[in-house]
Amino acid sequence: MCGIVGLFLKQPKLEPELGALLSQMLDIMCDRGPDSAGFAVYGAGTPGFVKLTLRGPAGTDFAALGDKIGHPVIARDTHGVMSVPVAEETTVRAALARLAPEVRVVGAGTRMELYKEVGLPADVAKRFELETMSGTHAIGHTRMATESAVTTAGAHPFSTGPDQCLVHNGSLSNHAGVRRLLAREGLEVTTENDSEVAAAYLTYRMRGGDSLGEALEHSLGDLDGFYTFVVGTESGFGVLRDPIACKPAVMAETYDYVAFASEYRALAGLPGIETARVFEPEPAKVYFWDRAA
Amino acid sequence: MNLSLKPEAAEGETLVDLATTPLRALNGALHKLAADTNQTLWTVANPAGRHAIAAGLDAPITVEIDGPVGYYCAGMNKQARVIVHGNAGVGVAENMMSGFVHVKGDASQAAGATAHGGLLIIDGNASARCGISMKGIDIVVKGSIGHMSAFMAQAGTLTVLGDAGEALGDSLYEARLFVRGSVASLGADCIEKEMREEHKALLASKLEAAGLLGEVDISEFRRYGSARTLYHFHVDNVSSY
Repeated sequence: MCGIVGLFLKQPKLEPELGALLSQMLDIMCDRGPDSAGFAVYGAGTPGFVKLTLRGPAGTDFAALGDKIGHPVIARDTHGVMSVPVAEETTVRAALARLAPEVRVVGAGTRMELYKEVGLPADVAKRFELETMSGTHAIGHTRMATESAVTTAGAHPFSTGPDQCLVHNGSLSNHAGVRRLLAREGLEVTTENDSEVAAAYLTYRMRGGDSLGEALEHSLGDLDGFYTFVVGTESGFGVLRDPIACKPAVMAETYDYVAFASEYRALAGLPGIETARVFEPEPAKVYFWDRAA
Repeated sequence: MNLSLKPEAAEGETLVDLATTPLRALNGALHKLAADTNQTLWTVANPAGRHAIAAGLDAPITVEIDGPVGYYCAGMNKQARVIVHGNAGVGVAENMMSGFVHVKGDASQAAGATAHGGLLIIDGNASARCGISMKGIDIVVKGSIGHMSAFMAQAGTLTVLGDAGEALGDSLYEARLFVRGSVASLGADCIEKEMREEHKALLASKLEAAGLLGEVDISEFRRYGSARTLYHFHVDNVSSY
């Protein structure tokens, strides 16, 4: 069992409150996944710059690391975000690997920042000050591990491409085979986790020209097992459930937002929920919203 | 226990606000009610999708829930009338024995699962596995139902005014299924059966119980039931088990 929450704002009005809203949704899903938690927030971006989300061991001195690399790091607990010119990304990644091999780049993109840790989701959200974050959309996950160990690396979301992230409730049965396919295609899956394979599969499809919606459509044929996926891209937000609909999902849509949760309880505190269109996403049907559209 | 009584509460009416009263206090109070209780009308405010609201009741009372509920609302119900003014989560009225449950919105998966008796009415749609393993309940869905509904359904009736999803009535026993709209596909051993006068009368009685008699045309419904070929092991059916 895991818990998923997601919020995609259609209007700018609620953008300053995005983190606060997601945080209370995540808190309520603690009892679906008390092992660990994580979230991705699509906030402000600077054209020509890429944001690298870094994760280090407890006590990592991100300020000193930023000085050494030459780009400041905004630190939040075990994570830090460094904004670097796109042209310098490769050099910076190489410098990071050389100067701080214990620090990993867990997410990269124009707008996405990604945080995850082991611990009670409510505590994880507090440690990273999720409440204070703003943005256009965000996805969160509370984990009760089944397919791989309870580690920070095994927590969701998984990001395998720029501004792309995925959270998953369920378990995939053919992830080993898909992992081999992706390896042949040059996509590295860094953990033993089945959900990271799903994320990398979508990256693989989108790299080949699929839209997020098309990539989700293809995963219906290629990914086997139980899943409810919620996926984020720079401008989009997608939802897919397996054809059996093993894992719960409920959505709410208003003029202002589209929200996703594993259980209605997590939606109950959203503004205007009383008059929202509340519905259960159908199995094997791709749902997809895009701000650019 | 903090069961807040509003001044305008009618005699015998108890108002419980779940924003301030723990759910266990509500359910505990409901479980204590005797068959001859005077507290026959309960109104529950701010359910906020909580799970197991009004589960395990066994008294001739009415519980009106003012908003959406989570999992297993009115599960195992006996005697009571439970009305949900909102959507219901997974397993509403699961294993109901008797009584009446009315969901004014949509119901999630496994509505009325394994239930032995009583009447469940869903004004909106019910999603997958509606009436799975039902054992005597009458279910009336005014909207449509999802896939694998009435899977291994043993007894009772499932009446659907809208459409049915894939694999309706898979491995069905003796439950009777009436669908007015389309059926995406029938499950193993489920077949369409002739709608004789006795079945029209049965359907009419269920529609009447749901307050729908005269509002829908009985001749628009089709009946589905078990072909009874999977009851006992037969080697020719091995791929269907």
